[in-house]
Amino acid sequence: MTAVTATSVPRVRASRVQGSLQRGRRWALVLSYVFLVIFAVFFLIPPYYMIVTSLKSNAEVAHLSSNPWLLSQGFTFEHFRTLLKETDFLIYFKNTAIVTVCVVVITMVVSVLAAFSLGRMKFWGSGILATGIFLTYLVPDTLLFIPLFQIVRGLGLLNSYWAMVLVYPTLTVPFCTWIMIGYFSSIPKELDEAAMIDGANHMQMLTRIFIPVALPGIIAATIFCFTVSWAAFVYPMAFLYSSDQLVLTVGTVTSLIRADVYQWGMLMAGALLAAAPPLIIYAFLMDYYIAGLTAGATKG
Amino acid sequence: MVDVTHPLRSAAAPAAPAAKTGLNRLMRRRSSVAFLMCLPLIVIITSLVIYPAGYSMFLSTLNKAQTKFVGLDNFRFLLKRDVFLMVVWQSAIFAITAVLFKALIGLVTAHLVNNLPAKGQRKWRGMLLVPWVIPLALSTLSWWWLFDPTHSAFNYVIEAFGGEPIAWLGNPYWARFSVILVNVWYGAPFFLIMYLAALKSVPEQLYEAAKIDGANAWQQFIHVTLPMMRNIIAITVLFSLIVTFANFDIVQIMTAGGPRNMTHVFATYAFLLGIRSGDIPLGASVSLFMFPILAISAVFILRGVRKRGREIG
Repeated sequence: MTAVTATSVPRVRASRVQGSLQRGRRWALVLSYVFLVIFAVFFLIPPYYMIVTSLKSNAEVAHLSSNPWLLSQGFTFEHFRTLLKETDFLIYFKNTAIVTVCVVVITMVVSVLAAFSLGRMKFWGSGILATGIFLTYLVPDTLLFIPLFQIVRGLGLLNSYWAMVLVYPTLTVPFCTWIMIGYFSSIPKELDEAAMIDGANHMQMLTRIFIPVALPGIIAATIFCFTVSWAAFVYPMAFLYSSDQLVLTVGTVTSLIRADVYQWGMLMAGALLAAAPPLIIYAFLMDYYIAGLTAGATKG
Repeated sequence: MVDVTHPLRSAAAPAAPAAKTGLNRLMRRRSSVAFLMCLPLIVIITSLVIYPAGYSMFLSTLNKAQTKFVGLDNFRFLLKRDVFLMVVWQSAIFAITAVLFKALIGLVTAHLVNNLPAKGQRKWRGMLLVPWVIPLALSTLSWWWLFDPTHSAFNYVIEAFGGEPIAWLGNPYWARFSVILVNVWYGAPFFLIMYLAALKSVPEQLYEAAKIDGANAWQQFIHVTLPMMRNIIAITVLFSLIVTFANFDIVQIMTAGGPRNMTHVFATYAFLLGIRSGDIPLGASVSLFMFPILAISAVFILRGVRKRGREIG
């Protein structure tokens, strides 16, 4: 930066340099905004188009010459009504909610316990285990769904959403444990020493000190877990098929598409409602969401 | 037991009385408690990740009815089929192109957002991350509708400018373009967030030193920003490479592998053979082809993450 010095002659020169710098900066800023708007349009086209289509009448959607990007004939909530009244959408919603809540609870209990133990207490092999957890996080669901299909079938859980409660933790537990290890290790050692001296046992240390102090991390992990289970697609696509067991992602994509006629207005209304819970959580807890996202590569 | 109502009280409480029973003593031993706390995790990972991974290798050596051991015949069979070779090729094109563009767009947008005054950054960041937040299956559905053969909203714009409509998902090459486009759209915001976090962690003094040495913006980028971000870029790219190679949602929903099997990737082809056609061993073999690329990336990611962990603290 240009330094504004005390003497008068250099100050004149400095301000001139500063002026051109400011002009340069303003140009850079304007250009930044221009390009950001272009990228934002690209990123927001699909959600925008979802909303527009879901509010159009069937006639307008089918009409070829009307502008698909605009609502030119007013809007209607007809599609939302059909979706909720005449389809199994609410069943999918309920199934997804049950599965997600169960998976979040299981994941958080398992990973907080494990992260506390791995990050703080150490035992024989704990270092290797922590590395192993990170590696299992990198194993994708598309590598596991075929053997898991066999296993789920063997357990008699094929075409039951409870199978999702069983298999989704493979998507959530490793990452949540990994980021919780990071959060727990960042808590100063003095805290647990103080608790030790007061005679707290390990469980009390966890519930009274570590969980309250690492609450931001726990919220971030919970949000991650929620969005992953809400959006999971490979496992339900492979393991579920009847309408009363489907979850939102698969139900909307496969089951709402009836016969040969795509009811795009209703499909988009369904996609919109199905995407709403993660979007709402994101809107309110964005900072936690982002903290969880970036923690995987920086902590541990 | 001892008084625990004030666990943070700094005055030392009297030491706990000696444990009475053997179980009690075991419970008080630090390492056994630690192990017990890890047990649920170990059970989940062993039974739902490690066991299925091994089981998958076993399955891939069986015949379709799973009655006979056939050794490597499934792999040999696959490697002789043109469709499978195309799947390998398409997976590579899909993953490499998509990751390249995601990384580029992420880097550019991260810099643009970082240029803005601090007040507005939050708003823009929040808006640009939306594609990552919408469940991929659902956003892909809306992309499918955008690419609809008769009602494509993109074709409406193209025709309004006097162009020829494009068969986005009907023409195999455009279909390949479309699935990659959707993947870039979905993944670029993740890169943006990672890079933005990394940009914030570059010490300001380094830029000041570079400016004093007379470096312009581009030179600052090459000599300060890039070296400082090298590690995080490597981690993000490798991570994204794994996720993209393993991607299923986009191709399955938009093209289901067609036209002429030209958009199939490993995951969708494994799904087609293993679940749809019921040849589980063959499907398992297809998905196992992902393993080498995943293993190599994983090793490098781990190295990068460890290094970054040390750099930060």
